[in-house]
Amino acid sequence: MLGSATKRAVPEEKKAEVTDSRAAGATSTEPVTKAAGRPAKTIETRGVNLFYGDFQAVEEVTMTIEPNKVTALIGSSGCGKTTFLRSLNRMHELTPGARVEGAVTLDGEDVYDSRVDPVAVRRLIGMVFQQPNPFPTMSIYDNVAAGLNLNSTKISKAQKDGVVERSLRGAHLWEEVKDRLDKPGGGLSGGQQQRLCIARAIAVEPEVLLMDEPCSALDPVATLAVEDLIGELKSRYTIVIVTHNMQQAARASDVTAFFNLDETGKPGHLVEMGPTEAIFTNPNEKETEDYVSGRFG
Amino acid sequence: MESSAQTPSAFGVSPSSRLLASGLGWRRRGVNTMMTVLIAGAFVLAMIPLFSLVFEVAKRGIPGLSLEFFTEDARGVVGGGGASHAIMGTLIITGVASVISVPIGIMAAIYLNEYGTGRLRRALTFFVDVMTGIPSIVAGLFAYALFEIFFGPGIRLGVMGSVALSLLMIPIVIRSAEEVLKIVPNHLREASYALGTPKWKTITKVVLPTAFAGLVTGVMIAIARIVGETAPLLVTTGVVDSMNTDPFNGRMQNLAVYAYNEYRSPGVMKQAAYDKAWAAALTLIAIVMILNVAARLVYRRYKTEIR
Repeated sequence: MLGSATKRAVPEEKKAEVTDSRAAGATSTEPVTKAAGRPAKTIETRGVNLFYGDFQAVEEVTMTIEPNKVTALIGSSGCGKTTFLRSLNRMHELTPGARVEGAVTLDGEDVYDSRVDPVAVRRLIGMVFQQPNPFPTMSIYDNVAAGLNLNSTKISKAQKDGVVERSLRGAHLWEEVKDRLDKPGGGLSGGQQQRLCIARAIAVEPEVLLMDEPCSALDPVATLAVEDLIGELKSRYTIVIVTHNMQQAARASDVTAFFNLDETGKPGHLVEMGPTEAIFTNPNEKETEDYVSGRFG
Repeated sequence: MESSAQTPSAFGVSPSSRLLASGLGWRRRGVNTMMTVLIAGAFVLAMIPLFSLVFEVAKRGIPGLSLEFFTEDARGVVGGGGASHAIMGTLIITGVASVISVPIGIMAAIYLNEYGTGRLRRALTFFVDVMTGIPSIVAGLFAYALFEIFFGPGIRLGVMGSVALSLLMIPIVIRSAEEVLKIVPNHLREASYALGTPKWKTITKVVLPTAFAGLVTGVMIAIARIVGETAPLLVTTGVVDSMNTDPFNGRMQNLAVYAYNEYRSPGVMKQAAYDKAWAAALTLIAIVMILNVAARLVYRRYKTEIR
């Protein structure tokens, strides 16, 4: 699908078809289960180097992000985790002067191919940000449906209702907001807003969900709710989450990748990656061991 | 520093002498009061011309107001008649000027803020700054010269006035729209991009609605700026006594030129003419005030609280 996306019309139509068939089947009593037709995909990176102008922020990252698993990127501040995350869905290049070298592939298809429209990439790889950012001019309903509205996907009102409800249920927010769907999106608590942003991200049915420290602005109760949600979502999506919080990485992820800096001013690099259990109890590298045992960071 | 205070505080512990060393600050309070008086006085001084102006215009203009003033034009009358043609003319000319300026201005602001990079952007910003300083008569002469090329000398049309006014209006719209667009936080654009939305759609469906209240206010301020311009309209729309609602056909009167004309050529019944001139000025002030109030109401109604 990516290779053929020379015009924007093509992925839109295809996406509309898929959303149609699934939305038509969704009823309010249907449990949130793995939807057919769009399996989560693998992301592979090979020798990715990321620059801001002349400054190199990330050096030679080669990794495989496995489907239907939660991969956590951990590491100290400024080591390039967020920069790397943003390069996966081509958000990094939005910064003026930013540059990407190396290959990033989504199930074998090169994401940075010159024939590929970045817009198409971002429809398949969604993102949730650190600060909840619901659109302030839109109601809760419109916020969730924003992915559909902003891409002018033509579906009927009933189908859209179905998508909104399914996404809000998927984000564990439906019960709390079902009576005030037309109220503004900004009128919710922090944890609710973040779940709204997650609902918005999953409403467009991406294959991969990137989350940049999604809980760092939330209180512990809301954090737990979002972590539970992540655990459920992985059955349908591949999830990559950047986190400062090592306990969160240990709780919520299946695979952990540890990034580090040699010293400030040097680019960040991938030190070690492996099953979370192993990384935290028996890491291979001394750097990793020092970090996870709290000797620095 | 060594002596400790003798009076015990409420907690039964003597307060430290460091706290008492600076005294109760009478001198500081004195300076504070004096500065407050000075600043308030400066404010009053600045308000005096404003209030005296409004008072004078109201005092002299109210005698000129009448039902006739608002409903009749000056066609064929001597001493009587009204200014309905002038009021209509001001509304039409300003309206057409807005129709020209607002799309151009907002699109230019969108370009400068969302797309522009490097030299073209710097050049555009420079020219917009220059345009804000154009004397209004120059704008009028430019519009006249432009239409003269196509229609011959002596041409006077309502739309010429609109073109001249839009030259004055566009830079104001651009400046204020640019400021408002800058305030829209970047994380909203990012949220939209992350959903796979193309840039232009992000602008029309996320950025512009978020900035809507500010944009409307900016436009209304620009309108208020040009609604009383006289010089450019003198050379472009001319002077005429009868009602004309077609901006593309013939001269059109407007309040500013009407006031000027009544004062300059009052005819036989001088006082009546002067009264009408003041009444026209009062009407202009009223229009500007209504626009400003409307701008505030729109802003309050539509503004988006951005967390």
